[in-house]
Formats: sequence, C-alpha cells, structure tokens
Amino acid sequence: MSNPGNPGSKSNLTAFNVIAGAIIVMGLVITVLRFTKGLGAVTNLDDNNPWGLWIGFDLLCGVALAAGGYTTSAACYIFGLKRFHSAVRPAILTAFLGYALVVFALQYDLGRPWRLPYPIFVQQGTTSLLFEVGLCVMLYLTVLFIEFTPAMFEWLGMKKIRSVVVKLTLALTIFGVVLSTLHQSSLGALYTIAPSKLHPLWYSTYLPVFFFVSSIAAGLSMVIFEGTLSHKKLHHMMDEEYLKHHDGVVLGFGKAASLVLFGYFAIKMIGLAYGNNWHYLASGYGLWFMVEMLGFVALPCFLYAVGVREKNLGLIKKAAIITVLGIVLNRFNVSLVAFNYHLPSSERYFPTMMEIGISVFVVTLGVVIFRFITTRMPIFHEHPDYKGEH
Amino acid sequence: MLRRTFLGMLGTTCVGASIPGIASASKDFKGHPGSNGVLFDATRCIGCRKCEEACNKVNDLPAPDKKYDDLSVLDTKRRTDAKTLTVVNKYKADKGPLFRKSQCNHCLEPACASACFVKAFKKLPNGAVVYDETVCVGCRYCMVACPFSIPAYEYDEPLTPRVMKCTMCAPRLAEGKLPGCVESCPKEALVYGERDELIKIARNRIERNPDRYVDHLYGEKEMGGTSWLYLSGVPFTEIGMREDLGTKSAPELTAGALASVPMVAGLWPVLLGGIYAISKRKDKVAAEEKKDAVANAIAKASEQAEKTLSEALSKADVANKRQIEVEVKKAVEEALTPKEEESDENSEGES
Repeated sequence: MSNPGNPGSKSNLTAFNVIAGAIIVMGLVITVLRFTKGLGAVTNLDDNNPWGLWIGFDLLCGVALAAGGYTTSAACYIFGLKRFHSAVRPAILTAFLGYALVVFALQYDLGRPWRLPYPIFVQQGTTSLLFEVGLCVMLYLTVLFIEFTPAMFEWLGMKKIRSVVVKLTLALTIFGVVLSTLHQSSLGALYTIAPSKLHPLWYSTYLPVFFFVSSIAAGLSMVIFEGTLSHKKLHHMMDEEYLKHHDGVVLGFGKAASLVLFGYFAIKMIGLAYGNNWHYLASGYGLWFMVEMLGFVALPCFLYAVGVREKNLGLIKKAAIITVLGIVLNRFNVSLVAFNYHLPSSERYFPTMMEIGISVFVVTLGVVIFRFITTRMPIFHEHPDYKGEH
Repeated sequence: MLRRTFLGMLGTTCVGASIPGIASASKDFKGHPGSNGVLFDATRCIGCRKCEEACNKVNDLPAPDKKYDDLSVLDTKRRTDAKTLTVVNKYKADKGPLFRKSQCNHCLEPACASACFVKAFKKLPNGAVVYDETVCVGCRYCMVACPFSIPAYEYDEPLTPRVMKCTMCAPRLAEGKLPGCVESCPKEALVYGERDELIKIARNRIERNPDRYVDHLYGEKEMGGTSWLYLSGVPFTEIGMREDLGTKSAPELTAGALASVPMVAGLWPVLLGGIYAISKRKDKVAAEEKKDAVANAIAKASEQAEKTLSEALSKADVANKRQIEVEVKKAVEEALTPKEEESDENSEGES
C-alpha cells in the first residue's frame, strides 16, 4: 500500500483478504456455471417466478441503498448545507460503486447480457417502465462517474481537468437528482403493471412514490451506516476535517431520516386507506406488513428522533442499521414475499445457495473495491493540494 | 450561470415533453378493427389433448415425455412452458370433470408488449401477439407483467434463451390456414374468426342455452379485452381462471407512472434550481450582513478610538498647555530671580 497515511502494511494474509478471496473464487465458479449451463442450473427461477434474488436484492436493494449519492450531494450543493461537505465524496463513491455493481450483477440475470444496450441503441420500448429504469441508470451511472472523477484527478495530479469537472458540480447534482427521482420511483412502478400478482397490502398505484421516498431514507441511513463502518476500519485515512464534521453529519442526517421515515409512514397509511385494504391487516400477510411498518419504519423513525434530541450518536447509528434492514425487507416483500402471493406454496420461489452466493460475491466485490479506492484516493480526507477549495 | 441553468432546464423540459407515445394509454382501445381471435367453449372440451399435439407439431417443439393420448397427464395441474405452448387442465366439478385449454390470450393491449423495453412483442393487426427473439434481452419483465402467467422461458439455454409463448400460429395465419389447435379440435370447442363475430356467436350461445352457460364471456373485457374468448358452464374461477383481474389494460395501469416522467424532468430542475438560488442568496445575504456588521463594528470601534484619541489629545493638550504655562512661569520666575538677586546684589553693592 503506497499511501503514507496507511500505518504499517503487514502481510497480505489478513482475515479480510482470505475471506474475501474465498468468496471471490466461489463467485467465479458460479459465474462459469451460470454462463455454461444456463439460469436453470444455478437458480430456482421458473416460469411463475421469473425474478428472484438477483433482481430483488442486487437490483432493487442495490439501487435503493446507493441513494446516498444523490441525497448527500443534493443536501450539500443544492440546499447549501455546506457542513455536510465531508460526507459527499464517500457517498458519491458508494453510489457509483453501488450502481456499477447493480449493472454488473444484472449480467447474471439477463438471458442475453450483451444485449443490454439494445433498449437504448437498437429499439426503444418507450412504453416500458423498465426502459425508463435502464435509461436513467445508464445516465446516472455516467453522472456519478463524472462526479467521482475529481478525487481520481487529484490522486493522479491532473489539475486542469479537475477544475473543469468541479465547475460542473451543480449541473451534475441537479441532473443526478432528476435521474434518481425517476429511476428510484420507476423501480416501484415496475410492479404497478401486475396488480393481480402483488398482494394488495404492497400493491398501490403510489408504489413509485413509496419507492422514491423510502430511497431517501435509505440513502441517508446508508451514509450514516457506511460512515460508521468506515470509521472503524478506515480511520487512519480520515483527516481532521472529515472527523470534525462526522458527528454533525450523523446528527443532521439522523434528523432528516427521522422526518422522511415519518412522512413515509404517513403516505403508506394513505395508500392503505386509498386502496381500502384495512381488512387485510387481520391476515398473515397483514401481520408481516405490520412487522415491516412498525418494526422497520415507525421504530427507526422514533429512535432517530430520540437520538437526535439527546445527541446520542449510538442510538442514531442503531436506527440507521434498522432502516437499512427495513429497506431490504421492503424490497424483498414487494419483489419476492408478497409477489405471486396467490400461488400455492409449492409453486413459490426460494433462492438457491448459488444465487445467494452470487449476491454475496457482488457485495464482497463492492467492499474490496471501496477499500482499494479509499486507501488511495482523497475520499475521507482532502488532498493537500486542494485544501479548503470546495 | 443562472441564465445557463435556465436554458438547461428549458432543454430538459422540451425533451421530456417531446418523447412521443410515452403516455399514450388509449382511453378505450377496442382492438384493431376486423382483427381475429379464438372462442373456446369449456362446455364442449373433452380433454382429448389433440390441440396440444397439433400445437407441438406445427411449432416444431420437442417431443413430450408422455404421449398425447396418455390422459393421466391431466391429473396434475400444468402450465405453459418453453416446450409446451398450450396445455389442457382438468377441473373437478359437480357434474363431472371439466377441461380448460390455456395458452396466450393475445390481449388487445398486451401487458408483455407494453412492458418490453426493446419492443420484442407486437400486436399484429390480425390479432396475434408475436415475439421477436432477435432483439430480446432476456429480462423476463414480460413474464412478470403477464396477468395470465403465460410466457415461459428457456432457462436451460445458457446463451440464447428465448421467451416462449403461443403465437396464435401467426405464420400459418399468414398462409391462410387455421391455428393448429383450432384445426385439430374434434369437438369444435375452438372457433377461429373475427373477434366481433365471435362475441356475437358467444352471446347467441348463452342466450339460447342459459342453463348451460354462465352469463360471462371471459376475455371480452378482462385486462382491456383479449383476442381469445372463453365460455363456461361454471364460474371461471372453478376452471382455474382469475376473475379479479379487472378491466383495465396493462398500459392503463402504468400510464400514471409514465406520465409523471416528463413532469419530473420538467419541474425538478426548476424547483432544485430555485432552492439552490435561494440557499445561494441566503448565503450571499448572510455574507453581506456579516460584512456590514463587521464594517459597522469597525466604524464604531474606530469612532470610539478616535473619540478616545481626541479626548486624550485634548486632555494632553490641556496638560501640555498647563505644563507649558508652568514651565513658562518657572522659566519666567527663574529668569526673574537672578535679576532680583543681581539687583539685590547690586543694591547691596551700591549700598
């Protein structure tokens, strides 16, 4: 490791490297199986359950949890909350890696992955919400990459091009928020075409709004959660500026997350009332729905509020973890649990170990690349040549 | 900068508004005029599986595990799959077993076509919904979208999987032939013809035999209407057909979400630009106020300082004057004293 900020790079045989290495080897083996034997050999997908874990987790959760990018950059650059500036770079990097991995993971699920550019460059199915998702994700991935490049240019010492990109910040941020609004919501809207397959407690014409609003809570919570993790593992890479603002970011984002979760709870109830689906609450699915709403929306909303009032960072971080789990739970419920609820249990889907393996593989890749970049580029600290320039 | 931002927003708005057909959910699409369809009469079907056999043959599908005259297959519930584009299932009823054929219903506004992001599905003017494997990416959103759970997928093809579903025998229709299943049905449980005609035939059958049929022509309105129509002697749920699908077509279901796209693309930059302008202005005002306050403070301080200085000066002046006076007095006194002494001396000397 070349960075001077890294204390004593010992042997490469750390526990992290060994486990990560093993997971990556496993991932590569399953990759070979997937592309030689077909989807049927590695997944439990079938004609009734065309979308499984790879869509439910890798795509839906991946995109929601990468929402920290647009929420943080919007807070800092559009709403002018400059005190969140230190959180922007880690959030942008996380978002960029998140989306890149979403696209990467999609290659496993698509029947003919090399045709992924077809909907944009060959024949546009503009009536499809998936077209909107594809177009926005492609554009947003580009935006995130450009937003990330200043850190890279600073690392490489390319001053001129860096200053050009920095001038584009506001335009990129606004474009990023527009694209995020569109694709976060249209991931929910994907399911509006199938009212007969999704349980009424989760189906709503407001699904796009639910997905968008919950993505904000997810983004804010991920910034807190991921900041906490990085704090533990990458503390040596952080400069005083970052550390000084860290607690302020946690408090500010916690406050915002509490409000957003409150709003989310409210609109979910409005959705329930609009569909007049109250009677379903007394069923098994109703119980599960209440677990999601009370345990993973109302509870973290309350914990966030208390944590902010009492300036209890530990509590806020716990609330962030619950919210992140809650987002995963919600996306699983929409795409897997409440989907095809009308089918007998023998025809329902449960992922294979190999599907889970690929998802773990993708997450591991993300962590490894994140570590690689943050231990080299100015993410958690300002580059000495550009101090206080922002 | 502000002007440029505004022009950018304008551009975005125009692009958003000019994407054609993005929200073109027709209000009440009745299908292509003169398009065809098939009427299936469950009261006539005897579960002989001749239609399955014909379908397998005309579509060059792989041979089934059990022969088509083996009716034990009917004892288990089956659905269409990559090797079977149509299936007949058996349902128990009070009067005895009932049979129902299932295959693609060829919706008037197909969910698969509306969901496909490469337009791999197309509703032909003759009524058939066909699939183009040369553009299919294999995302399987069509399978998620289809309310009848018809499209199937070649999960065992590693690199060239296709979505498989009934084509209404579009290639045979083009040659002027009947769909394979219709041609092979020995009981005329299947009738091919113009959809409007089929509706008339069906209504006529219900009218003439009200005891034989339930008064519902399935597919006339379901999901915006389908080219396949069904008659039954028992409620359709009893022969495995969902009656809770509603009459909204798939494009209607997603129209709202699609219509909001240009709105978000148009409004968001304006709103966000406005918020940015406000926060920037707030910063600017705050900075100016700070500057003013500092200037004020400096002015006040310097005024004070001047005042103190001038006071000090004037005090110093007075003090100085006094000192000068004192000094002068002293000097004068000093100057006078020796003279006096001198004069004293003089007078002393004189005396």
